[in-house]
Amino acid sequence: MTLTNEQVEHVALLARLGLSDEERERMREQLSSILDHIDQLRAADTSNVAPTAQVIPLAPALRDDVVAPSLTVEQVLANAPRTEGGFIKVRAILD
Amino acid sequence: MSSSTKTAPTSVAGTEYEAVIGLEVHAQLLTRSKMFCGCSAEYFAAPPNTHVCPVCLGLPGVLPTINRAAVEAATMTGLALGCAIAPVNKFDRKNYFYPDLPKGYQISQYDLPLALGGEITFTLAGVEHRAGITRVHMEEDTGKNMHASDPATGEGYSLVDLNRAGVPLMEIVGEPDLRSPQEAGAYLTAMRQILRYIGVSTGNMEEGAFRCDANVSLRPVGSAAFGAKVEIKNMNSFRAVERALAYEVERQRAILDAGGTIAQETRGWNEDQGRTLAQRTKEEANDYRYFPEPDLPPLTMDPAWVGAIGARMAELPATRRARFASQYGLREDDARTLTESRAVADYFEAALGDSATTERARLTANWILATLFARVSAETIGTSPLTPGRLRGLLDLLEGGKINRTVAQQVFDELFDSPDEDAAAIVARKGLGLVGDDGAIRGAVGQAIAANAQAVADFLGGKTAARGRLVGATMKALGGRADAALVNRILDEELAKGRRG
Ligand SMILES: [Zn+2]
Repeated sequence: MTLTNEQVEHVALLARLGLSDEERERMREQLSSILDHIDQLRAADTSNVAPTAQVIPLAPALRDDVVAPSLTVEQVLANAPRTEGGFIKVRAILD
Repeated sequence: MSSSTKTAPTSVAGTEYEAVIGLEVHAQLLTRSKMFCGCSAEYFAAPPNTHVCPVCLGLPGVLPTINRAAVEAATMTGLALGCAIAPVNKFDRKNYFYPDLPKGYQISQYDLPLALGGEITFTLAGVEHRAGITRVHMEEDTGKNMHASDPATGEGYSLVDLNRAGVPLMEIVGEPDLRSPQEAGAYLTAMRQILRYIGVSTGNMEEGAFRCDANVSLRPVGSAAFGAKVEIKNMNSFRAVERALAYEVERQRAILDAGGTIAQETRGWNEDQGRTLAQRTKEEANDYRYFPEPDLPPLTMDPAWVGAIGARMAELPATRRARFASQYGLREDDARTLTESRAVADYFEAALGDSATTERARLTANWILATLFARVSAETIGTSPLTPGRLRGLLDLLEGGKINRTVAQQVFDELFDSPDEDAAAIVARKGLGLVGDDGAIRGAVGQAIAANAQAVADFLGGKTAARGRLVGATMKALGGRADAALVNRILDEELAKGRRG
């Protein structure tokens, strides 16, 4: 399976990655070969195999509904480029 | 986005269309802590970014841990809606970038949700309807955005508060079984009632704890195929849902009547303009690239656990309504009104106590619906100064013939205003006990007859209505405290003497 440039651009956009022409070409080749590999896996007969979402044979440990301390506002905002009145300040969001 | 490439029915004016509506409800689950971390879920009035930790902030290296109470609340919802609880379900990552989503993905459930295939019943204009429930799944809420602008430059910007990020949420997806905006409104009302009854959500739409999106399409009456589907968002009240859907149905009908085609799109309800507007699609917003959440193994639901959750679920409104009618002999509409809110239904049963004769049940229902509701609402009945026990005390006196209705109303007002006294104490203190003394009543009747010669003459002349004036005069003389049945009997005896004489 060979991906088109448009498909690579689309995936890059979803991941918010800017790619140079050279990077895009490299990604196109690498992603194409990954998809080939997936196609190979899909060819295997799995009709007798239960769907698997996780290979670790563990049930999740559930947590009791108990409130634990949060960070301080200063800690929460420590990595925010811009803040205002305890909020994280960002460019205008178009809802 | 799904691969639906359905074509809209194109037609000419004159074709009859029916609306096909399905609702997606998002409800916050009433837990103390968040879905995957121990931060407080009580975000509503908290200062911004004070309920945030490395997990809900999405810092590298942290791991989510599932809140058991959230799973139980969502499971209970599934059971209440008659869904099958999936023995194995799993969480997935829904990937998109938005400032209120610190991790860059929302943990949700995609192809193996918690609960599948249920049903809800609701009543509209006296007719019972049923609508299918597709699924119930768990997810986490996003943060909240506020919009502001720089007073100097006028440039707009946004402020993000992450207190809500990670609050447990469930999505309840309904089948497209609704045929009118009114049905959608009734469905939503019934849904919220159930969530409140079983105590899993506040159901508060104005505060955003209960939200609704709708899918709307039209198709020619009799057609089984679906038309192109428009998703409506941004409806922030029950009224807004019905208004938005009514607008959207008419908008689509006008397009189809003109021979046009409905575009499959997302539209936002604009409350001020009273119409839906095409939303600028966040580019590629629907390309979520779901994949299994690698940090959470699939969730297995032990049947014993699910059984225990079902066993402690509160009686559902429809069941309780039917029981009120059959067990207590209440009229259908009284049973419905009393069970609209669980608080009112609880109050009724507490006020009734063990004295559950049909007569007493109807008396109690009447006093709650006619008298108590003049003072309290379903929201405040739980904190009413007139507790169920004190109302029971009042009705004991009334039913036992210790006071009459007029006095009972007076005592009711006293009970409301002096929360420390019970009905018997008020009656004793104010001397309101019923005059049941034959002689005293006969005396008052004699006086009334003597002082109202005209009424007596009218009555004896055949004007039976004149009798009421004599009863009134007797009652007045006795301070309104006489046993009405006794007054009537004695009055009849005395008047009969007059007739003979
Ligand atoms: Zn947290």
